[in-house]
This record gives sequence, structure tokens and C-alpha cells, in this order.
Amino acid sequence: MIDYHFDWSVIARNSDKLIDALILGLWLAVVSLAIGSVIGLLAAYARVSGKWWLSRPVWLYVEFIRCTPLLLLIFLIYFGLPEFDISFLNKTQSFVVSLSLYAGAYMSEVFRAGLASIPKQYVEAAKAIGLRPWQRQAYVILPVMFRITLPSISNNLISLFKDTSLAAAIAVPELTFTARQINANTFRVMEVWLTASALYLVTAYLIAILLRLLERRYAAIR
Amino acid sequence: MTDQPLLQATAVHKSFGDVEVLKGIDLTVRQGQVVSLIGASGSGKTTFLRCVNLLEEHDGGEILLDGDPIGYRDIGGKRRRLSEAKVSAQRARIGMVFQQFNLFPHLTAGDNVMLGLTKVLGKSKAEAREIAGHWLGRVGLAERRDHYPYQLSGGQQQRVAIARAVAMQPRLLLFDEVTSALDPELVAEVLGVMHALADAGMTMLLVSHEMLFVRDVSHHVVFLDKGRIAQQGRPADVFDNPENERLRSFLGRFHGLFGRASAAS
Repeated sequence: MIDYHFDWSVIARNSDKLIDALILGLWLAVVSLAIGSVIGLLAAYARVSGKWWLSRPVWLYVEFIRCTPLLLLIFLIYFGLPEFDISFLNKTQSFVVSLSLYAGAYMSEVFRAGLASIPKQYVEAAKAIGLRPWQRQAYVILPVMFRITLPSISNNLISLFKDTSLAAAIAVPELTFTARQINANTFRVMEVWLTASALYLVTAYLIAILLRLLERRYAAIR
Repeated sequence: MTDQPLLQATAVHKSFGDVEVLKGIDLTVRQGQVVSLIGASGSGKTTFLRCVNLLEEHDGGEILLDGDPIGYRDIGGKRRRLSEAKVSAQRARIGMVFQQFNLFPHLTAGDNVMLGLTKVLGKSKAEAREIAGHWLGRVGLAERRDHYPYQLSGGQQQRVAIARAVAMQPRLLLFDEVTSALDPELVAEVLGVMHALADAGMTMLLVSHEMLFVRDVSHHVVFLDKGRIAQQGRPADVFDNPENERLRSFLGRFHGLFGRASAAS
């Protein structure tokens, strides 16, 4: 370690690759959060539906995801689906499917808590002006729930962004995979991993700040 | 005022589990009439009000609005609940103002009023904006239309809530203890708005503990006791000649407000 001489030129030479990889990671996180939110919302409604044939399978899905490692899910989908002749997914798409399913399980719990915490009085006011059930959801319950759950959604986005590093395991060229490749070609271990860490840290922190601004804007409305 | 019964309740029953809260309420509200429900807490007044627009489901009896049964219909001798769409349409004809205002927190005052106009009554944005402006003006809040509920005082929020209910041009307006959650100095502004609506001929059914206001604004006062109507009549009869023992003792709590009642207790 004492003999280690830092040579940061390796980073400058590979900066394009690293930035592209970072952007891919961000994109993977945002897309998975978006798809996961849709899955999560449907799952949350299924959980609160009071119909066992809807809530039971969803409960199984949520517990399966929560109690198994994400990496396992990634392998299961990437290596498993082709065994069933489902091979139209490339590795990036396959990873998005995994991360979205993973996000969906966590988002369903966020939304379930959010739906449960909507004050009854808003629902009654919505009923009293004659809004139909779906209108009450669309114009009152969901907008209020979104504001209540925004801090949890922010946390999930940051977690998902960090979890995109697991895509390296199936050779999706995101930041961790790219850093490992540069590392393998240049043997500049510390420079590359420190830079990758710094990029994760700064990006995650910027996301947190941005979302906190958004939260503040909406928190005032509650 | 006409003799046309707008709301007609017959033998309305309601239980929560084993507790029977309404034990057969018969009540008629005519068009243009202001009817007030008074009584101790737990007497069933709020529950009855909530049954009228189906925030609670009555277990027995019938509530007719313009001759149209609310919430339920007899089909082949069986009592069946109407579809949610039909119930929603019925609710749109009845306005309700709540104790806790219940403004939508994510919408401005103007948007709170406009939501029902555009989504329920199908009015255009422009028309809804004009109607909302008109009613916010009537409750003295024209310049607050872009404020969110959290930026308004309790009294202002309640006035927006009244504007939201009345802008829908309901056949009947329900007021559920609308001043109970307000600081004393804010009560007058809300009662003033309600008084103006009553003067304009709005049909109103209200639950209130503001006895002076009730006496002043009502055409008919109903005293509920343990889920039954114990006495009803013109305000002068109810407040000045309380025949019912429980009513006398109830009015006695409002020390000095009513001559004979306070003397009797």
C-alpha cells in the first residue's frame, strides 16, 4: 500500500466510459422505479382489496422478493427465463425486469402504508361532492398519497441506484462493470474503485438533495 | 318556502354493532326550509345527517329526496343498495359541510371548489372557474382562491368548504357542527355565511351547538334524545316551551340563554 503510486491519468483517459456507465445506471434505476411503482400500486390495491385470491398471491410475491437476495433474482431471470424459451430479453432488459420486480415489492409496501394513512375525512369530502369511486382515487386519494409517500419513494430511488451495481454480475455495462473492466485493463485498482465510489456517492447525494427540494415543495401543501 | 317535501325520512334506523343509534326517525324538510337538529352528543344527530348522504348506511326505513329513495331500492320485496355510480349521483344533489372542513389539501381554494364542478357536473374549466370565483366572492374569499388550505385560517377554510358545497347547486345542504372546530372569534364569520345562504332560500339541514344561531335561523328545530325525536317544532316552541324533560335539562346547560329553560333546570 505504501508503495502504491497514484496515477489518475487512467481516469481522465476513461472518463467518457465512466460517465456513460453512470448515466446507464441512473437510467436503469429511474426506469425500474417507474415500472416498479406501477407494479407496486397495483399490488397495494390488491393487498387492500379484501379479496384473498388477489391479496394472497401478492403477499407471496412481496415476501419472496423481500426475503431473497436481489442477485439471486437477477440470475433467476437472466439465466432462468431462456430455459423456458423466453429469450427475447437482452441483458439490460433482463436486469430492468429484475430490478422492477424488486422495486415493485418494496413500493407496494410503501403505497399500502400510504393508502392506509389517507385521512378518512378527505375520502368523505370526495364522496360528498359526488365523485365516483375511481374519481376519488384519481383526483383525491392518489395525489394525497403521493405527497405522503414521497420521502419513501426518494429513499427507494437512491437504494435502487446503488443496486444497479449488481447488474455487473450479468455484464451490463453500468458503472461497477465498467470500473472492473478498466481495472482489469490498467491494474489501477485504487484510482478506478475510488472514482467509481465517488461517482456513486455524489450522484446519490445529488438525487437526495433534489428529492428533498421536491418534498419540501409538496410537504408545505399537506 | 313551499309545501313540497324535499327530504322525507321515515322510520330511519341505524345500528353500529349492537348499539342502536337511530331508533326510527321521521323527519320532513320542505324546500327553502332550515331545519336544525339539536341534542346531547351521542343522541344520533350527526349519524342521521350522515345517513342522508350515505356516508353511513341506514339499516331500516327510507329517506326520500324529491321523492327518490336515497341509497336503497325495493326490488321484488328485497331491500337492495344502489350501485356506487347511482349513489354518487345522489350525493351530488346533496351538499355537505363537515366539522373539520375536509378541504382537499393538495388543491387551492379555487380548485377545491372547481373539482366537483368539472368532474361531477361536467362543466368546462372556464365555466367552473367563473362559478368558483362567484361563490368564493360570496363567502368573502375572492382574493384567496390561489391559496392552499394550510395557508388559510380555520374560518376561511370552512368558508371555502361552504363555497365548495354550495357551488354544486345542491337541492339540500347538510351542515355537521361546522363551527365546533373553530376558535371562538372565527365562529361568527362562518355563521354569517350560513345565515346569508338561509336568507337566500337554500334548503338546509344542520346539526349545531350554536343555540342562538339555531334559534335565529331555523324554521323548524328537532331535539333528538337517544336516537329518537323527543320534541320538535318552531324554534320559539322548542326553546321557550320545552315540554320534554330531557330537552329542558339539555337547554339548561346553555345557562341564561333561554328564559324558561334555564329557570326550569
